[in-house]
Amino acid sequence: MSGYQMKRAARFALTPSVVLLFIGMIVPLAMTLWLSFQYYNLLNPAEAGFAGVSNYTYFLSDPAFSQAIINTLLLVGGVLAITVIGGILLALLFDQPMWGRGVVRLLVIAPFFVMPTVSALVWKNMLMHPGYGIFAWIAHKLGLPPVEWLSNSPLLSIVMIVAWQWLPFATLIFLTALQSLDTEQQEAARMDGAGPFDRLIYIILPHLGRAVTVVLLMETIFILAIFAEIFVTTSGGPGYASTNLPFLIYVQALLQFDVGAASAGAIIAVVIANAVAIFAIRLAGKNLTA
Amino acid sequence: MKKPHTIFLKTGISVLGWTVALLLFFPILWTVLTSFKTEVDAIAFPPSFLPTQWTLENYFEVQERSEYFTHFLNSVAISVGSTVLGMLLAIPAAWSMAFQPTRATRHVLMWMLSTKMMPAVGALVPIFLIFKTAGLLDTLFGVTFILVIANLPIMVWMLYTYFKEVPADILEAARMDGATTLKELFYVLLPMSLPGVASTMLLNVILAWNEAFWTLSLTAIKAAPLSAFIASYSSPQGLFWAKLSAASTLAIAPILVLGWMSQKQLVRGLTFGAVK
Repeated sequence: MSGYQMKRAARFALTPSVVLLFIGMIVPLAMTLWLSFQYYNLLNPAEAGFAGVSNYTYFLSDPAFSQAIINTLLLVGGVLAITVIGGILLALLFDQPMWGRGVVRLLVIAPFFVMPTVSALVWKNMLMHPGYGIFAWIAHKLGLPPVEWLSNSPLLSIVMIVAWQWLPFATLIFLTALQSLDTEQQEAARMDGAGPFDRLIYIILPHLGRAVTVVLLMETIFILAIFAEIFVTTSGGPGYASTNLPFLIYVQALLQFDVGAASAGAIIAVVIANAVAIFAIRLAGKNLTA
Repeated sequence: MKKPHTIFLKTGISVLGWTVALLLFFPILWTVLTSFKTEVDAIAFPPSFLPTQWTLENYFEVQERSEYFTHFLNSVAISVGSTVLGMLLAIPAAWSMAFQPTRATRHVLMWMLSTKMMPAVGALVPIFLIFKTAGLLDTLFGVTFILVIANLPIMVWMLYTYFKEVPADILEAARMDGATTLKELFYVLLPMSLPGVASTMLLNVILAWNEAFWTLSLTAIKAAPLSAFIASYSSPQGLFWAKLSAASTLAIAPILVLGWMSQKQLVRGLTFGAVK
């Protein structure tokens, strides 16, 4: 086969994926953008036409919007803090020699494979239930009143559930990174009289830089989009206390049928996600290219 | 011979490690145990750790009440279907970019990665409207199709990093011997990168099985996979935790096993090859 034919075959092989992704991503995005400037309510078809920026002003001035933004950021920030710090500590622990390390590793990684609807329901009912849950029992044992987790601290509860799902992910990535650490370098540092703390600060943590970057990026992408955990636990409530941006848009579109406003909200969500991603990539740039 | 204090240290670390691991695993263990309890046992307070009376009744009742098995088969159809379709698209694309790179290859790869940065909710409204018009709401085909698109970037990236490790000379040699491109792909490239291909498929099955945004928005009854079906247990009428646990145990068990089998390759897939 000639080089030219080869190139043609290669282009032919790549095209379906590119076309499908283009249709699946760019076209909906363009439609969302277009819809965001239209009056379009499935319950009220009479009112239609160009809406200017009124969907945006409607969505942005909705008090639920600012709350949803704050909740989204708290959710991302809280889960990232817990999983990155906790993940590093757990990875350092599980990198030590211990009996049954293989089994321990399997137990730790398990929560990551549980589907979000199941983990949220198990936490909601069997752990956090103020009457019969395990947490209520622990509080009872300590002589404390049971905590109404999902009605009094809904956002904190969701942070806990999501952190439980993502802590194993962070731990697994950090553990993999730790295991690629050069033991000779560590040995040399030890010979030179570096204590465990010095080795942690000057060798181990810098080595984890790339892994931390990746964890921050991947988790940010997924946690900005948290949906199912809210859907089955609090439905965004009480009030809007645990509504994040994706959930607010879902409610607007599929429960209130206001396509225009939901589209405006979706565009705002896309802008925020991209801003965060670009910020994160910039911040992380030197780690990823190194 | 080991020094005594190393043994002590190892014992201490083991105790700490096992404690942390069991705490993290506890909600899953608790779910499995509860699935074998009677409903009365399941809400006993103080909780009884082991079932006082082991029963399989919940597993049967979950099926009788709600066609559980249909939803299970939906999950299988959606995750296997989207994986097979996705591989058919991703293998040629990854082959093309790994062995016939052009100046655009880097940009195409980055563009594919960037589509994952777009929140799914950005596409929800038009996809919902298109599906409604085309009669694709609550169909297996519709939700499978969406999941192919959603996971394609990860599949292409993963396969690309695995294919890159196969020396181009070997493909070259096969071509010299007169192999066609397809033969080269099937008899040389895929067998050589079999572990990578397998873990790409596994990761995709896991992601599709657990996906809960599109399945909750686009399916209702007929095509609902387990991830969407389980959500119907969030309704507050009555406490049926033992049945919820049975339904949950069956829903997570297959994926837990697949996940455990593929955990090493998973790191690489989930980090787009940045951490190996």
